[in-house]
Amino acid sequence: MTPDKKMKGSQALVAALEHEGCEVMFGYPGGVAIPFYDALYDAKKLRHVLVRHEQGAAHAADGYARATGKVGVCTATSGPGAANLVTGIATAYLDSSPLVAITWQVRSDLIGTDAFQEADITGMTLPIVKHSYLVKSSADLPRIVHEAFHIASTGRPGPVVIDIPVDIALGELAYRDADSIDLPGYRPTVKGHVKQIRAAAKAINEAQRPVLYLGGGVIAADAAPEVLRLAELRRLPVATTLMGLGAFPETHELSMGMLGMHGTVTANYAVHECDLLINLGARFDDRVTGKLKAFAPHARIIHADVDPAEIGKNVEALIPIVGDAKHVATGLVGELEGMEWPAERTAEWLARIAARKDEFPLHYEDPKDGKLAPQLVIQEIDRLTAHDAIICTDVGQHQMWATQYYTYRYPRQFISSGGLGTMGFGLPASIGAKIGNPDKTVVDISGDGGFQMTMQELATAVSYDVPVVVCILNNGYLGMVRQWQDLFWNKRYSFTCIEVQPDFKMLAEAFGAVGLLVTEKDEIEPALREALGCGRPAVIDFRTSAAENVFPMVPAGQEITEMIGGPGNKGRKS
Amino acid sequence: MKHTLSILVENKPGVLTRVAGLFARRAFNIESLAVGLSEDPRLSRITIVIDGDEHPVDQVTKQLHKLINVLKIRDLQPDNSVSAELLLVRVAADGDKRTDALQIAEIFKAKIVDVDRRALTLRVVGTNDKVEAMLELLQPLGILEVVRTGTIAMGRGKG
Repeated sequence: MTPDKKMKGSQALVAALEHEGCEVMFGYPGGVAIPFYDALYDAKKLRHVLVRHEQGAAHAADGYARATGKVGVCTATSGPGAANLVTGIATAYLDSSPLVAITWQVRSDLIGTDAFQEADITGMTLPIVKHSYLVKSSADLPRIVHEAFHIASTGRPGPVVIDIPVDIALGELAYRDADSIDLPGYRPTVKGHVKQIRAAAKAINEAQRPVLYLGGGVIAADAAPEVLRLAELRRLPVATTLMGLGAFPETHELSMGMLGMHGTVTANYAVHECDLLINLGARFDDRVTGKLKAFAPHARIIHADVDPAEIGKNVEALIPIVGDAKHVATGLVGELEGMEWPAERTAEWLARIAARKDEFPLHYEDPKDGKLAPQLVIQEIDRLTAHDAIICTDVGQHQMWATQYYTYRYPRQFISSGGLGTMGFGLPASIGAKIGNPDKTVVDISGDGGFQMTMQELATAVSYDVPVVVCILNNGYLGMVRQWQDLFWNKRYSFTCIEVQPDFKMLAEAFGAVGLLVTEKDEIEPALREALGCGRPAVIDFRTSAAENVFPMVPAGQEITEMIGGPGNKGRKS
Repeated sequence: MKHTLSILVENKPGVLTRVAGLFARRAFNIESLAVGLSEDPRLSRITIVIDGDEHPVDQVTKQLHKLINVLKIRDLQPDNSVSAELLLVRVAADGDKRTDALQIAEIFKAKIVDVDRRALTLRVVGTNDKVEAMLELLQPLGILEVVRTGTIAMGRGKG
């Protein structure tokens, strides 16, 4: 045990973060953050990355967390600094990402007086945090940091805010590493109930048309190997959500790809026709289910989630299991190994799925305007990075094409704002992902709209020498909104055209990054090779066709059988 | 159907905000809310009445459980719990109305806590049904002001 050491609150915070194993944090200083930044100046182990906007700090910490599985840490000063973190905290909350956000606050005795740069950040973030603290005493800092890391990373992960008035940073305390947890109101259930697991195993064994539906919970629980074992044991066809991409290798014959609004025909029809739907770590989100009443109409449902509040929230499960995907999958494998199972039970089903995969592959045609097919750009990224890069995205059409045309093989490979749908997430998240995985190729697939929301973080990438490759699918439109206007709003493209924009190649160069422009098909490969091989941050401006829409598509709130580009509705393609 | 939730929480700053904020965020309506210290000064007890037909009580309870400061939640059933609320009501009581008001007060064992020439202020403690019944009878006389604490409740026996 370390002896108590007298130090200031700011120094104690650095010590406590280092004690939690925090190697890097992302932040931006400001008035009341100065004492902490002063202590940080002497930090031996803890590295600080200075971003260019606080939103970038939150997304970078989030990207780091998603790519590594460790807690991501960001910090910002009081008032506007803290408020700029809000979008990033909400993004982490909706996707259950372990984030600790440290915000600085005006002096305790000034709270409530509308002091300079005062904002009630714990109040502002209340609905988007797993928990939050307003620190009242310097002596509490080691315990609060320890609790925050514990809460952020266990059970269903999520963001925790620690708001620290500046006098707490200046106050002295006798520091000792905090190692015990006393949170009587927080005891997540990670082990599924044996009886429920047995019942689920029995249902799986009896099913003739089973589907395994995997969400981000599988990745959060590091359960991919156990889930692979489970799928192979009973030859369960697998559909993943957007958050679940990478939870199951898409190169596997049992993979049907993603389900939901822009999921594959195979995955969506399999869910529609299955007699047993096994949901591990997903939440029956509206982008997955479409019209709830018509979702999986023939299926008995098994729903396993570490968050009991998810069970029964949208869909009633016949066999609910509260527990994390790792324990549940392990338990199911254990039960199933002892049961007899004739392989012919699901043979007809697997044949039907295989036939549908052949009949309805993802497809696109060369755009008539002579511009690049965005899908082709992603296929080329996939090929040239050998299905092995970490892919980060913004939000919109490029994001959906990135889900469809890149081949995900391992967990934490696809990093995207799924729940909140935050434009501007991609670039800062890719910086965090790359810092957490220096040996991996990290590609940010972005749109011309989203990139412009946080493009200042190119300066961060350049200044810390973080060689991420940004691929902008530049169609001069806010493409996904344009797509909805195209399909459902009589082609009235109200304020979605953003043709007037910077020259991204020159912009990248102005930041000190490599800038490339690609307008022709045969330039795609050389440009990607150059960007991937240059060892510097690089931006490629791909001029893609504005006429391309993302298909297949289940219109919002509709049944899966209403899918545009599916068996029942082939013709309605733009 | 109405549900009475008894929620044991840590007695820390901001906990009531978290509970109330959760109801707002999830769009659950609160019919009444009462809060105070429990037998242990480190803990507070919040009694919340919600309409179970409007929101699945199960979902409300599960979301509440996710709050780190919430320790225990009981969905109290009418047949194995006792409940009460306190009501202050000022009712018009000039002329003939005064006798009527006094009679109603007598029936409900309400106490007269304030009086002037035109009105009486009554205080009554009872179940939600009793309080509602008294208000209904006072209605024709002219109710000038109502203040109520909201229901508090406790499980019967050892609970």
